[in-house]
Amino acid sequence: MKIHEYQAKQLFRAAGVPVPEGIVAKTPDEVSAAFQKLGGPIAVVKSQIHAGGRGKGQFKEHPEQRGVVLVRSADEARENAKRMLGSTLVTIQTGPEGKQVNTLFVEQGLKIARELYLGIVVDREVGGPVLIMSSEGGMNIEDVAHDTPEKILSEPFDAALGLFPYQARKMAYKLGFDAAAVRAAEKFLPRICRFFVDYDCSMTEINPLVLTDDSQLLALDGKVSFDDNALFRHADVVALRDLSEEDPAEVKAADTGLSYVKLEGNIGCLVNGAGLAMSTMDLIKLHGGEPANFLDVGGGANVDQVTEAFRIILSDRNVKAVLVNIFGGIMKCDTIVDALLIAYEKVGFNVPLVVRLEGTNVQKAREMLEASGRAIITATDLTDAAKKVVASLPA
Amino acid sequence: MSILVSRSTRVICQGITGKTGLFHSQQCRAYAAECQPGIDVFVGGVTPGKGGTTVDGFPVFDSVHEARQKTGANTSMVFVPPPFCGDAILEAADAGMELIVAITEGIPVMDMIKVKRGLEKSKSRLIGPNCPGVITPGIAKIGIMPGYIHKPGTIGIISKSGTLTYEAAWQLGRVGLGQSTAVGIGGDPINGTNYIDLLEMFQNDPGTEGILIIGEIGGNAEQQAADYIKSHVTKPVAGFIAGQTAPPGKRMGHAGAIISGGGGTAAEKMDALKAASVVVSASPAGMGDAMKQAMSR
Repeated sequence: MKIHEYQAKQLFRAAGVPVPEGIVAKTPDEVSAAFQKLGGPIAVVKSQIHAGGRGKGQFKEHPEQRGVVLVRSADEARENAKRMLGSTLVTIQTGPEGKQVNTLFVEQGLKIARELYLGIVVDREVGGPVLIMSSEGGMNIEDVAHDTPEKILSEPFDAALGLFPYQARKMAYKLGFDAAAVRAAEKFLPRICRFFVDYDCSMTEINPLVLTDDSQLLALDGKVSFDDNALFRHADVVALRDLSEEDPAEVKAADTGLSYVKLEGNIGCLVNGAGLAMSTMDLIKLHGGEPANFLDVGGGANVDQVTEAFRIILSDRNVKAVLVNIFGGIMKCDTIVDALLIAYEKVGFNVPLVVRLEGTNVQKAREMLEASGRAIITATDLTDAAKKVVASLPA
Repeated sequence: MSILVSRSTRVICQGITGKTGLFHSQQCRAYAAECQPGIDVFVGGVTPGKGGTTVDGFPVFDSVHEARQKTGANTSMVFVPPPFCGDAILEAADAGMELIVAITEGIPVMDMIKVKRGLEKSKSRLIGPNCPGVITPGIAKIGIMPGYIHKPGTIGIISKSGTLTYEAAWQLGRVGLGQSTAVGIGGDPINGTNYIDLLEMFQNDPGTEGILIIGEIGGNAEQQAADYIKSHVTKPVAGFIAGQTAPPGKRMGHAGAIISGGGGTAAEKMDALKAASVVVSASPAGMGDAMKQAMSR
């Protein structure tokens, strides 16, 4: 789960991680009032969407307008807000469709001496969290890592013990901090690392982290995503969820216990198991088709789940054919065909359906499909299934 | 011969009084009874607070320590719900279980990080979590896989995925190859046992003549496996990587299956395996044939 920048900064502040003064605003008047309250002479008005790249992003309705702007008066703040609120911001991370901006965050201007990068992720190789910093603040860190890997500093730390002050100093000295800034880092870095662990984050990114003229460290940006599996112990985080930032079909699927990801193609697929679901997408592509989605119905695959899965797949207007690929193990193929046939009736299929079944009781299941009299195309193996579903597409 | 699961394996189930834990304990018991008639392989279970009771003939104990003392079990199959599963794994290790197979999906990553640290001092081997388990066909299965699709034989399978492993076992059967042992290492970003540990075991197992590794997008465990194969594995290896069409930044079902920061793509994993002389199938339908091809080289 992801949250907005302003929400991340609220959590940072509560965790003792310094952030600039800022005010959330949802109307041009509120933006103007926020400028005045912050006291000027400059402020930054920032679009609140989950995608990154906002500063360089453009609005569809106002191509000259950027997603993050520096303003010097309350009026200028208001005029920018008028163009930004309700408009669609397109950044390198939103895709061409963009994201509607409903909330702005107005932040005090700062005297910035240096811009740095800070990120914390779980390193699978190390088997624990690692703090990553770089002198190249404000840049895309993946580009920095690719072009100048020597500028990436990383420091693994123990999740239970946290980042020690000596580790913070190690980073600070490598980054060339002066004595006052080193002292600031000794507080800032262990706190942000503690935040990462305490909130079960999967990623915390501050880009840029700024060092001010008076050697203070402040989080000028904040991007946080959480481990969905740990949300059960973070009711305060769940309360920050913004459903308008998520794909409605993906949200609905998750509520039904299905794992669904929408893609750009026209062949819908319904599969049991994540690995087999990914492989089915690959198979479709190998045979000249384009998958419309990833969908794992899980090990259970009961009538309700299969029905909901079909509804979600068919609600995508791009879908012109559907492939069901089930390897029946403990869940027997005939049980799955029962569910398939009921779901098929319930949703009223209007595109070709190809079914490939293998595993326990497969013979009985195939006979049931044949006997059903439905216009369901049966396939004998994976390759046959992929060929048949691609061939079933309208020319 | 085989790895991890042998004739001396004795298993308890943590979480045996839950619906799933009991169902699969029954399935595993039935499979083992077929393979080793007259021998009790699945000897009981643990649910704190329900010690002293029995469930479908399985004695239930309050702690893994007690279960071990009273049954002589050396292996635990874990079906404990995600919020408590990390703790259950550490309890099994503390009780001296040699092998811990965690089936549970949805354990918080931070819990698994702590479990990994906790296991550093222990001799226990953890398989999983979020995996189908381990099967040595003809001996016993510890997990949720359908037993009959795995035929006894000489191929070792290492896989991140459940149904894709069944698919692979099925395809191997069609080309006349059975398995020494099939191991699901799980689809989570942090797991107990990775490819390299198992490659080493299969390489050293006289009952294994070839190895099939099934990977997916996310992380670089497959690339590390490829490096290891290049320098340490002399047996034929075939492979498949799921997620060639997966978009970056999207989690594909498994918690660990995500292309992030431009790394962990199927293409780079396939290239790494090919560079290690692994026969890589581009299609999930070609895993059996790829293994057969590797074996005939």
